[in-house]
Amino acid sequence: MTTESLPEHPDWLWRNPEPRSSYDVIIVGAGGHGLATAYYLAKVHGITNVAVLEKGWLAGGNMARNTTIIRSNYLWDESAAIYEHALKLWEQLPEELDYDFLFSQRGVLNLAHTLQDVRESVRRVNANKLNGVDAEWLEPDEVAKVCPILNVSSDTRYPVLGATYQPRAGIAKHDHVAWALARRADEMGVDLIQGCEVTGFVKDGNRVVGVETNRGRINAGRVALAAAGHSSVLAEKAGIRLPIQSHPLQALVSELHEPVHPTVVMSNHVHVYVSQAHKGELVMGAGVDSYNGYGQRGSFHVIEHQMAAAVELFPIFARAHVLRTWGGIVDTTPDASPIISTTEVENLYVNCGWGTGGFKGTPAAGWTFAHTIATGEPHALNAPFALDRFTTGALIDEHGAAAVAH
Amino acid sequence: MLLISCPWCGPRDETEYHYGGQAHVAYPHSPADLDDRQWAEYVFYRDNTKGPFAERWMHSTGCRRWFNVLRDTVTNEVLAAYRIGEPRPEPQQAAAHAAAQAVAHAGGER
Repeated sequence: MTTESLPEHPDWLWRNPEPRSSYDVIIVGAGGHGLATAYYLAKVHGITNVAVLEKGWLAGGNMARNTTIIRSNYLWDESAAIYEHALKLWEQLPEELDYDFLFSQRGVLNLAHTLQDVRESVRRVNANKLNGVDAEWLEPDEVAKVCPILNVSSDTRYPVLGATYQPRAGIAKHDHVAWALARRADEMGVDLIQGCEVTGFVKDGNRVVGVETNRGRINAGRVALAAAGHSSVLAEKAGIRLPIQSHPLQALVSELHEPVHPTVVMSNHVHVYVSQAHKGELVMGAGVDSYNGYGQRGSFHVIEHQMAAAVELFPIFARAHVLRTWGGIVDTTPDASPIISTTEVENLYVNCGWGTGGFKGTPAAGWTFAHTIATGEPHALNAPFALDRFTTGALIDEHGAAAVAH
Repeated sequence: MLLISCPWCGPRDETEYHYGGQAHVAYPHSPADLDDRQWAEYVFYRDNTKGPFAERWMHSTGCRRWFNVLRDTVTNEVLAAYRIGEPRPEPQQAAAHAAAQAVAHAGGER
């Protein structure tokens, strides 16, 4: 066996440049949000002297670990606006990026198992309709028509009393989304620099003017953090504090199966959400582990609980097997809403706190964060998601619609 | 699954406990004097330490008492468990204490 027998390496989707000494904008974190931010900075605002610094490899954090659910059926006006903007961007991105990342609008069911669930769900459907978000309330027999493998009988511990349904929701191939954004950002001149960890911030008074990294100092006009679970660690180095707690969030996949599951099913009450990936794996997520953690792993009983719920909801899953499980680190906020904001340090911006729902928000996070960095002011969509809401008390409580218990 | 030693009941599985977040957060000394920013700090801001972290746990299916744990948030190693009112141990001292406890339990009641 010689190397001559191997096929040639296909074209790289992006360059792997050495960091330059200075950039107009440095984005910390080359996950989905960092890449989307770089993409929109270049495309919408014409700012291309940009570096995205990644301590590991591109899209190897939560972008590689999420369960790929995309939906916009949040309760409050501010949330519906930003998540629906994200969904509209998702709908145009495959063509815009010229990359079929398997965006599949197969709908999402959010199940109700208690009278309180039913009331909250119907309220959320009504709020969604007023905000132009497609939403319906389905009775159990209608739920069964959308997802025939779901057990909607009354003979379960937590019977399905109905569900909200958003037909435009769905899933996408997460890695391909990152690669599609990375390729376009790179083409427009953005430097994507992997293996480059930010170890400190260079400040001139209260103004950030660069970052220290394991590959030396890099000067920057503006610095933007998109580091999810490690946001607090970075912010502390920059001298600011964030209202974030980092928790493990686990997920798992089964072996491959023929297509059996036509939609996405989420249950806040019994803590499981399930879809079937294009290649056939059943993809399931759990609630967060209760304790703070940075280890990218959680406790086994959380998985056990999630599987018990899945098997009761989907009796045929009892014959499936767990292929692998993993954990990511999610950055939760007190109101289960994200933070896309200026900070008390001049020219330092933060996009964080997306917690358990960052993937679906990827395009809107990038869109609004790019606007905030480019103009120094928030876009109308992210103005309500500023840091000062924890001082003014104008919280956007989405614990109900976030659909993952934490 | 974490194995946590309740200071009263001994080592038990994590599922017997409930988590209570950062330990040693004192109620404001003069609440009436706090401005909005200070209230925000007290209500919404907590340390999010990567490494040894002092946190509260409650033995909810056991003695139902709150206590504090020093745990490394990266490795999940439990460095110490101590009663409310006791000072936070230093990590080195806690590690020695945890090792001594493990020896005691190995030869003891379990």
